Amino acid sequence: MKNIANILRSVSDPEIPVLSIMDMGVVRDYSIQASGEVLVKITPTYSGCPAMDMIAVEIRAALEDAGYQSKVELVLAPAWTSDWITEEGRAALEKYGIAPPLEASADKRALLDDERIVKCTNCGSTNTKMVSQFGSTACKALFKCIDCLEPFDYFKCI
Amino acid sequence: MNNEQLIINNAVDKAVLADYITMLSDNSMILGHRLSELCGHGPSLETDIALTNISLDLFGQVRMYLQYAAQLKDEETTEDTLAFLRYPNQYRNVLLVEQPNTDFAYIIARQFFFDAYHALLLEELKQSTDETIRAIATKSLKEVSYHQRFSSEWLKRLGDGTDISHEKMQAAVDHLYPYISELCEASPLELEMQATGIGANLAQLKAAYFERVNSVLEEATLTIPENKWTQSGGKKGIHTEHLGYILADFQYMQRVYPGMEW
Repeated sequence: MKNIANILRSVSDPEIPVLSIMDMGVVRDYSIQASGEVLVKITPTYSGCPAMDMIAVEIRAALEDAGYQSKVELVLAPAWTSDWITEEGRAALEKYGIAPPLEASADKRALLDDERIVKCTNCGSTNTKMVSQFGSTACKALFKCIDCLEPFDYFKCI
Repeated sequence: MNNEQLIINNAVDKAVLADYITMLSDNSMILGHRLSELCGHGPSLETDIALTNISLDLFGQVRMYLQYAAQLKDEETTEDTLAFLRYPNQYRNVLLVEQPNTDFAYIIARQFFFDAYHALLLEELKQSTDETIRAIATKSLKEVSYHQRFSSEWLKRLGDGTDISHEKMQAAVDHLYPYISELCEASPLELEMQATGIGANLAQLKAAYFERVNSVLEEATLTIPENKWTQSGGKKGIHTEHLGYILADFQYMQRVYPGMEW
């Protein structure tokens, strides 16, 4: 089983190559069936995330390289939350230039027009401004640093 | 990728449940298509990306709904046949979502009127007795909260902006307001689903909806239209002429090349 965890750890989101799907919280469960087949359950970050099909293909390819037949299933509940991104994952995101999600849960804050302080991934300044709640992919918002003028992505809390 | 065997509800007639789920998806599908028309045509880069992101979220929701509906139906039915091979009178979306992208004020007004309803509806469906609907609603609401914030903010910015932006925003609100009461008018199918505890109680939702809409309109310094005339029909399959054009575009590939895969 440890072997399988390591194989899954080698698979990443094609949009965010530094972030393993294990650190992203996308893999919900994995097990070896009586037939010897590995069953991996994944959940989408956003319901329209186009990377999910790609991730499923990559999981199957990685397991096959290690000699495992596998099946990937999509599960809907419980709904994915950015709280599931691990500490390692958050550190990897920041290093890559994407500000990690700040705090728990999201949907209420989004309704309450809550302004949050997001640190610039380039210079570390907290003097930043949201340019748009919708960024380059469904899971990101677009920010800009007022001090160093660098635009950067912020991984949204949901 | 295989879908996890979704939990099939055996408490109700599967065909009726499938119709209800398809109806839920139709609003998201047609509005999602309208927004996709703006890809590369938004008034600014940020709004272009935002509107197409919202479109993508809506289509993600449509896929979850239609995969479930297809499982409840016969062997030949798939999410694709439900999306691409129905005729206009088989679509149950409300008339509001098929209205055209006349200008940015219309796009925002349409989005705001729908988002306010959508968030309340999903909040109700999170309590549905159907486990899969509950899961889809919980997932979707997280995304729709962002949609609602986006459209409400723009409504306020334009309504409470310059004289010209105010005038244009008011014109769009006046034009689309007659379409919004249909959102909360329950069709026989919705009443049946409400009775089983699967569907939402629209009569109950209506008060909260108008309260929300009117309070944001007021904050945007816009006048709540006094015209009490309303227009409906989409839930019965009677649509404005716009839907035919939307479907001609949307279904073109599957009609011309049946079974085509990307």
